[in-house]
Amino acid sequence: MPKFWRGALYAALLVAALYYLLPLYVMVITSIKTMDQIRAGNLLSLPTGISFEAWGKAWSGACTGVDCSGLQPFFWNSIRMVIPAVLISTTLGALNGYVLSKWRFRGSELTFALILFGVFIPFQVVLLPMAQTLGWFGIANSIAGLVTVHVIYGLASTTLFFRNYYVSIPDELIKAARLDGAGFWRIFLRIIIPMSTPIIMVVLIWQFTQIWNDFLFGVVFSAGDSKPITVGLNNLANTSTSVKEYNVDMSAALIAALPTILVYVFAGKYFVRGLTAGAVKG
Amino acid sequence: MSNPTQSAHYGFAERWLPRLVLAPSFLLTIFFVYGFIAWNGYLSFTSSRLLPNFEWAGIVQYQALFASERWWVAVKNLFIFGGLFIGGAMAVGIFLAILLDQKIRAEGALRTIYLYPMALSFIVTGTAWKWMLNPGLGLEKLMHDWGFANFTFDWLVNTDMSIYTVVIAAMWQSSGFVMALFLAGLRGIDESIIKAAQIDGASLPRIYWKIILPALRPVFFSTLMILCHIAIKSFDLVMALTGGGPGFASDVPATFMYSMAFTRGQTGLGAASATMMLMTVAAIVVPYLYSELRGNRNA
Repeated sequence: MPKFWRGALYAALLVAALYYLLPLYVMVITSIKTMDQIRAGNLLSLPTGISFEAWGKAWSGACTGVDCSGLQPFFWNSIRMVIPAVLISTTLGALNGYVLSKWRFRGSELTFALILFGVFIPFQVVLLPMAQTLGWFGIANSIAGLVTVHVIYGLASTTLFFRNYYVSIPDELIKAARLDGAGFWRIFLRIIIPMSTPIIMVVLIWQFTQIWNDFLFGVVFSAGDSKPITVGLNNLANTSTSVKEYNVDMSAALIAALPTILVYVFAGKYFVRGLTAGAVKG
Repeated sequence: MSNPTQSAHYGFAERWLPRLVLAPSFLLTIFFVYGFIAWNGYLSFTSSRLLPNFEWAGIVQYQALFASERWWVAVKNLFIFGGLFIGGAMAVGIFLAILLDQKIRAEGALRTIYLYPMALSFIVTGTAWKWMLNPGLGLEKLMHDWGFANFTFDWLVNTDMSIYTVVIAAMWQSSGFVMALFLAGLRGIDESIIKAAQIDGASLPRIYWKIILPALRPVFFSTLMILCHIAIKSFDLVMALTGGGPGFASDVPATFMYSMAFTRGQTGLGAASATMMLMTVAAIVVPYLYSELRGNRNA
């Protein structure tokens, strides 16, 4: 390739990188400015001094509606929601995937197809019945209710991930183990699970990102002190006060983004694998 | 297998354990997916307002839905948003994937940068873009500072333009994802085909256009499917960026359903709009799933 085109190629790639990075840059510098600096400068201008006041306010002092205790309670709600929801949906997905790939029975393929369709439904269609059902079980507007909802509607994708991974483990391995007298659970715990580290990572990270970032279930099925962080952030950024504090909004957005960004930085490989697993076959 | 009682025991376990293990998920799916679809469908044929009631009312909710100006605004917005978002994300993503496929130095770092928005919540994206696009201190002030004194940018609060701000933010978030899918596809193509074409004297753009992109048809279709799906489900981004406003100018079906069902006490109407959304998704997904599952069986 001629030198000129090589240069143009790198230039185009750098411009694209800037396009993706600029919003993050704007968020970070806005969050460490004071409102006076924001009014004096513009979107891209560097702060004249670093102030973490907005971060402090976003964490523990900003108003979301009538309540003024910042994002802190929402953040802990999300933690309390995401940990059990991820662990339960991943465990069930692994078991389902194991059965659907290695212990097929009459009707198991049909069951798989039925579960699979759940990946695609627009969740609007379950909101109204779910709101009523959660009320019947007495877990409406609670963290337990949110965990339940996320487990149920996460099952389809966790099952799909594990099933597709386990299909590629040779059946001979299972047959040999059975000849040696190993049963259903022993094969699962001693052979399948030790081979599953990559897919477990993918599913844990996928579920964590999905559930942490969810807004629809959060806004519909939570109230008062059970709201997750996305709902907190949205309320904070859309609370109409006399003065709009963009530095607090940006700090709050970064706080909400931090856990998934960290996961992406430290385990990006698995995140990307999860993203592409559903779409690219073979 | 010398011990007959043991093998009989395993026979029993092998027959029933798998079914037993799968049973909870099967039942949950039947009740919470298919049961709820039916339940929601039934609600859409009742006159439910603030509280659901189960008295059959025929198609009044669908009549109200199709007579509602707000619903048609939402549908039109979905087409505008869907068309531009899918087309735009696809074009940017494919272009970047091809550029990255030219044996680039620091490819890993660039890929990481292009894809990180996918790790963010749409609420975070919406909040960030709302600040950047706000008339007053955002983009407008930046352009004024750079000497374009007459530059105005009021799309966020402009009835005719607010839906396009959603397109801008959604493209920023999802085009890296398209890039990742296509890059994976490009890496799967046999190099010898490209070499052969090069020996025949074909230029690089021609090779991409005539050989490589047609070979990526399956990737194209699955990406299209996923983007359609993101577009129809899009709710968070609209809520965070415009809240469906000004007025209901940037409403999409998902936000329409939410406000009818949960803030305006029009349960039956909300259920009807949710059913319409399901039908639309099913019309796209069922043929796709059918061909995928059938394809797997043949393979």
